[in-house]
Amino acid sequence: MTGLTGYNFAYLDEQTKRMIRRSILKAVAIPGYQAPFGSREMPLPYGWGTGGIQVTASIIGADDCLKVIDQGADDTTNAVSIRRFFARTAGIRTTTRTRDATIIQTRHRIPETPLRAGQILVYQVPIPEPLRWLEPRDSETRKMHALSDYGVMHVKLYEDIARFGRISTSYDYPVLVDDRYLMRPSPIPKFDNPKMDRSPALQLFGAGREKRIYAVPPWTPVKSLDFDDFPFEPQSWDQCCSLCGSGVSFLDEVVIDDQGGRMFVCSDTDYCQDQRQEALT
Amino acid sequence: MYVAVKGGEQAIDNAHRLMEEERRGPPETPELSLDQVMGQLGGAVDRVMTEGSLYDRDLAALAIKQAQGDLVEAIFLLRAYRTTLPRLAVSQPLDSSRMAIRRRISSAFKDLPGGQLLGPTYDYTHRLLDFALAAEGTPRAAHSAAEPVADVMPRVADLLGQEGLLESNPPECGSEPGDLTRQPLDFPAGRDVRLQNLARGDEGFLLALAYSSQRGYGHSHPFAGEIRLGEVAVVIDPEELGFPIEIGDITVTECQMINQFLGSKDQPPQFTRGYGLAFGAAERKAMAMALVDRGLRAPELGEETGSPIQDEEFVLAHSDNVEASGFVQHLKLPHYVDFQSELEMIRRLRSVREENQ
Repeated sequence: MTGLTGYNFAYLDEQTKRMIRRSILKAVAIPGYQAPFGSREMPLPYGWGTGGIQVTASIIGADDCLKVIDQGADDTTNAVSIRRFFARTAGIRTTTRTRDATIIQTRHRIPETPLRAGQILVYQVPIPEPLRWLEPRDSETRKMHALSDYGVMHVKLYEDIARFGRISTSYDYPVLVDDRYLMRPSPIPKFDNPKMDRSPALQLFGAGREKRIYAVPPWTPVKSLDFDDFPFEPQSWDQCCSLCGSGVSFLDEVVIDDQGGRMFVCSDTDYCQDQRQEALT
Repeated sequence: MYVAVKGGEQAIDNAHRLMEEERRGPPETPELSLDQVMGQLGGAVDRVMTEGSLYDRDLAALAIKQAQGDLVEAIFLLRAYRTTLPRLAVSQPLDSSRMAIRRRISSAFKDLPGGQLLGPTYDYTHRLLDFALAAEGTPRAAHSAAEPVADVMPRVADLLGQEGLLESNPPECGSEPGDLTRQPLDFPAGRDVRLQNLARGDEGFLLALAYSSQRGYGHSHPFAGEIRLGEVAVVIDPEELGFPIEIGDITVTECQMINQFLGSKDQPPQFTRGYGLAFGAAERKAMAMALVDRGLRAPELGEETGSPIQDEEFVLAHSDNVEASGFVQHLKLPHYVDFQSELEMIRRLRSVREENQ
């Protein structure tokens, strides 16, 4: 196993990794709290996963097996680029199989295959602050978190119901972690929100540009915000996956002609493959 | 029939090769050398060093060549390299009064000790395209002055300060200045961190903010007290040595803006300061930075606030072009899942609306 000549294992120097690990520990100790960290400039652009990459680089070891997905797929360009970055700088094993991975770095999805204890899911986060669209100032939102002052978010959801008859947030749907901190789950579809609740895997969130790390430790309760008379409701489809026939996965809509033709396929490519394999055997 | 997208790796490799070909341009023209970039595109090199936060002309030239002259991309390349470097020492504050001056002007005084020194500048050139330059030629030699420039040129701000007409710089607090590249930005930020942020900040962004203040969005009655360009010594004082040593000279542009201040309950009427500093010859950047620095001091001076230039969170959180460029362009990344979620939501809302009608 060899890394890239001239660079440390997994690119970051050990001092930086130690600093990031400290922030990760703090984040794990206070579930849902956004711990500031001295985010470094990475050789990939801000907004393209630098937070997730720094978290992964700080926790990855020589024995780890890494899976990287973007929009649920292993083959999207940025997932390919990040997987190669670690294969190149750390020389570690990589996989596309959710079951085989010890660390899964993701953008915008949680795998359909249930995670197990010992696995770590690393999310790439563009905007970590759940209150940001309601209050642009960091000095204000930090106070609101300190005081658990989340009324504005409930008002926002209430106004949605009053205007549209339902909550109009379909991804990055706000959650309350361990009954204390309001947290942004990163732009995963609300379909994935229930998977965060009491997950056996450790969930780490890295926001490089915004210089924040937060975490959901294994088995932590994660509740999607709702009202008694308007309970949380994930997306559902009338269709099944055209490739594997799954009726329980998140489906991507694919345009197949210019006559309005559409087909629906699993967004999680590894899961879809598994389902097809199983059907054959 | 739709087939799941595969082959991203090969597409990426090929795209990068194509990019390399485009960068090289027609093979029959000679390749650009780093010496040419350093020697003849000094303005670009200086900007990349300043916003890249690394004083290294060779690396800046390489970044510019590698980025095909796209300076924001070059700044990013330099920054990404910079983070891998160890920090060996913190220098003492630069003493710009001991600068080997190449240019020094003040728009506040007609004459002053050391004199006005125009130096190399585009000011007062008539911006006429020089078609002779297209044919490559040797420039006319510049004449040397009859006598050398004074060794020590007092700063205009110091001259005014003697009379108490200009606020004095805050006393040294003794603590090490903050470093944004090590610690995340926190609000309210100290002036040290603020100035670091502005020095690294995008020239275009600072220029627009400075301009907006001149047009009335947070006006600060500025005068270009002094702008100087030249070489200053960088001095470090290593603990194990016990005495300071010069480790080299760097070229900087310094701008001291002086701004009217009518006084408050606790302070008499006097002039206040805005400060700008940039690597190399970068007057536009240094001046814009000084105006923004002064704008951000409005709350501290008890002035009316509310304009963008006076809003610390707004200015400091959005000044960095590496961050801004990355995040704006991340919209190129796939967003199939979010879009699918929105599509489902919009369809649902539309069907409810149709049912109700």
